[in-house]
Amino acid sequence: MTTKLNVLAAGMLALASATCAQAAEPKSGGIMRFYHRETPPSLSIHEEATFSVNAPAMALFNNLVVYDQHKPQNSMDTIVPDLAESWAWSKDNLTLTFKLHQGVKWHDGQPFTSKDVKCTFDLIQGKGQDKFRKNPRKDLFKNITDVTTNGDYEVTLHLSRPQPSILAMLATGYTPMYSCHVPAAQMRTHPIGTGPFMFGEFKQNESIKLVKNPNYFKKGLPYLDGIEYTIIPNRATAVLAFVAGKVDATFPTEMTSALIKDIKSQDPTAICEIAPINVSSNLIVNRENPPFNNPDLRKAMALSLDRKAFIDIIFQGQGDAGGTMLPPPEGVWGLPPDILKTIPGYGDVAKSREEARAIMTKLGYSADKPLKIKVSTRNLATYRDPAVVLIDQLKTIYIDAELEPVESSAWFAKVARNDYSVGLNLTGNGIDDPDQAFYENYACGSERNYTHYCNKDIEALFDKQSVETDVEKRKKMVWDIDKKLQEDVARPILMHGRSGMCWKPYVKNLTVMNNSVYNGYRYEDLWLDK
Amino acid sequence: MGTYLIRRFFLMLLTLFGISVLVFVMLRLVPGNIADILFDAAGMINTAEKHDLEKQLGIDQPIIVQYGQWIGGLARGDLGYSYVSEKPAIQEIAPRIPITAKLAGLALMFSIVFGVPLGVLSAVKQNSGLDYVLRVISLSGLSMPSFWLGLLILMAFVHFFGTIPIYTNPPVGFWNTLALYSVPAAAVGFRSSALVMRLTRSSMLEVLRQDYIRTARAKGASDQNVNYHHALRNALLPVVTVIGIEAAFLMGGLIVTETVFNIPGIARFLVEAIRWRDYPIVQNLVMFIAVVAVSVNFLIDLLYAALDPRIRYAS
Repeated sequence: MTTKLNVLAAGMLALASATCAQAAEPKSGGIMRFYHRETPPSLSIHEEATFSVNAPAMALFNNLVVYDQHKPQNSMDTIVPDLAESWAWSKDNLTLTFKLHQGVKWHDGQPFTSKDVKCTFDLIQGKGQDKFRKNPRKDLFKNITDVTTNGDYEVTLHLSRPQPSILAMLATGYTPMYSCHVPAAQMRTHPIGTGPFMFGEFKQNESIKLVKNPNYFKKGLPYLDGIEYTIIPNRATAVLAFVAGKVDATFPTEMTSALIKDIKSQDPTAICEIAPINVSSNLIVNRENPPFNNPDLRKAMALSLDRKAFIDIIFQGQGDAGGTMLPPPEGVWGLPPDILKTIPGYGDVAKSREEARAIMTKLGYSADKPLKIKVSTRNLATYRDPAVVLIDQLKTIYIDAELEPVESSAWFAKVARNDYSVGLNLTGNGIDDPDQAFYENYACGSERNYTHYCNKDIEALFDKQSVETDVEKRKKMVWDIDKKLQEDVARPILMHGRSGMCWKPYVKNLTVMNNSVYNGYRYEDLWLDK
Repeated sequence: MGTYLIRRFFLMLLTLFGISVLVFVMLRLVPGNIADILFDAAGMINTAEKHDLEKQLGIDQPIIVQYGQWIGGLARGDLGYSYVSEKPAIQEIAPRIPITAKLAGLALMFSIVFGVPLGVLSAVKQNSGLDYVLRVISLSGLSMPSFWLGLLILMAFVHFFGTIPIYTNPPVGFWNTLALYSVPAAAVGFRSSALVMRLTRSSMLEVLRQDYIRTARAKGASDQNVNYHHALRNALLPVVTVIGIEAAFLMGGLIVTETVFNIPGIARFLVEAIRWRDYPIVQNLVMFIAVVAVSVNFLIDLLYAALDPRIRYAS
């Protein structure tokens, strides 16, 4: 009897699997329609630092290696071949050699070879004749001393020191391969890549259209005939357009939990997902000018923060407290909760504020004699709203702050010339990797080290974790560094936000990345079940 | 009349020159330039790269040199290049003009077709129930913010019809174009028609009280003859002025409607270009709108002479 039941169960399981497999068979054809929140500054991924560019442009290109587009958490374990079919480190970890796919063509029919890889890095490192207008990630690859080719299908990166994270930097959507024969200027307006989709048209303020690459080197892909991004800057109109079926999906990260609730009430079939976006809101303090050159004052400010209040007010509870690195479980390198709570300011809020008030009293401030400051921030809602919450919290420790909104285009210039005392900033991370986060934001002299924090001892620890090839050992080193940075009040992290995206149920194979918003837009196997 | 036309032409040129200087200087007074905006998007400032970019675009030149280059180019028909798209400015601006022109034209037609007859009706039926209803409608047209009204219309379409009348692709064919533009035109025209209606009503009421109207009635002229042949023509003078102002406003002032209905017209493009500090686009678009406004005002002045034979422009 038991045997008969087992056979019956197995048969039913097989039938169910077959049915599911049949139902999941991708269909070719159709145009995927997204809305886009704004006109991107250009379509040249290497020259920009906003995912307003990555979202439409990543489908035009391939990388040497890429994060698996269907694993939400990007990590070293999810890096898969792309233009490179295999790679190998040398024994001393100073060279990384890639064997490239053969028969790959650029969209204009020219063959892709190892020379194109060299040209890409020459552009990034500013070594070639052709130059980018802006080069925001030049420093990510400063450890690469040379790129050599061995025939048309083998290329080697030579490093000055071991750096396992180089693979992560190559896998991000930020590092596509460019060609030798297409000028950098053209890549901004009419990019040529090797990707599953080709450039169709880019009309400012109107739309971006991509068309299927019929000669894509991954046979059978892409399934779609094209992808269209209609630029709809007004979010209310965009949400209504999605509900009415004018677009098949919203723009990544644009949907708050309130908007998702609204969408679901009007279209219960819509699939919506909220995920961390690896963008932190943080406090920047001018440590060079009084009174904030006093470390006790900076410490008091850090102790005043109620991170749960930030998350509840700004993100309706959809956010996380953490250090520099995105907190787990989505973040690979984030401080675990048991370490986080040992950092001053991350425990009991009332107790921390009491400690902060004691520091302020010692410094001569009180409820009757508060410290009057200005909190500067970019004049955008995503910056202003947390700044208002911050001002309210600083009141609890005798700091009377006034909001100073700064015109968006003037913000980074103002911060770069140290023309602020306290600021609220947002920091986006292109990759969930400590090398990118630490060097960009905390290394002495880095262009994005807005507070000019400079601690040679900690920087030595950056270098130590950067060469570590054992992931678990490296994690512990990263946690130690992150803890030190928070204790040193280098740039207090207020919260890591979460935001969402919605799509129609007939859109298949769309995966939302949960530790970077810059990486999940290749769409080579996206299909429409209609 | 010939002398008048020549004098007006030169006055128009002077006005346009003044506007060109004003827009040029104001753009440079606003903090930040395209290089600042582009680096701002990258979250960093690289001074050397920024300086190179400014040099490449010519915005490091003295302001008078930049102005001279722009005006010289304009005289040759060269509008320069968009800093953002790197395409000729004319290629960016020209396709958008018919889009806004269609929207503005339909909205103006809506305002005239509804505003004038309803204004006459309201005046002729003064203090009747119909008059009160029309006055409430006109007040609501003037009170409702167009942004709110536009969104309300979109929500109603989605809720009741499951569709949304916004621009996603260029419409093909006359009826599709009319269908796409008529809803936003109605949203804009509602406000304009309310204004025209109220002005027509008050102007008609004033004219209907004149002696010659009473004389015409005493001589046995029908109500229709009195209202439309004798009164309306004289009542139209101030209405024509307002319609002229509205027409000029509509060409450059439809930013809210174009944003809500996602129409890629010149108003929305102008605001976007200002945000980017895309000087060639902003300067040339503002001049285009100024030319339209100045020309419309000139045409309105000529129309006065046609409407009122007592008006003759001095030689």
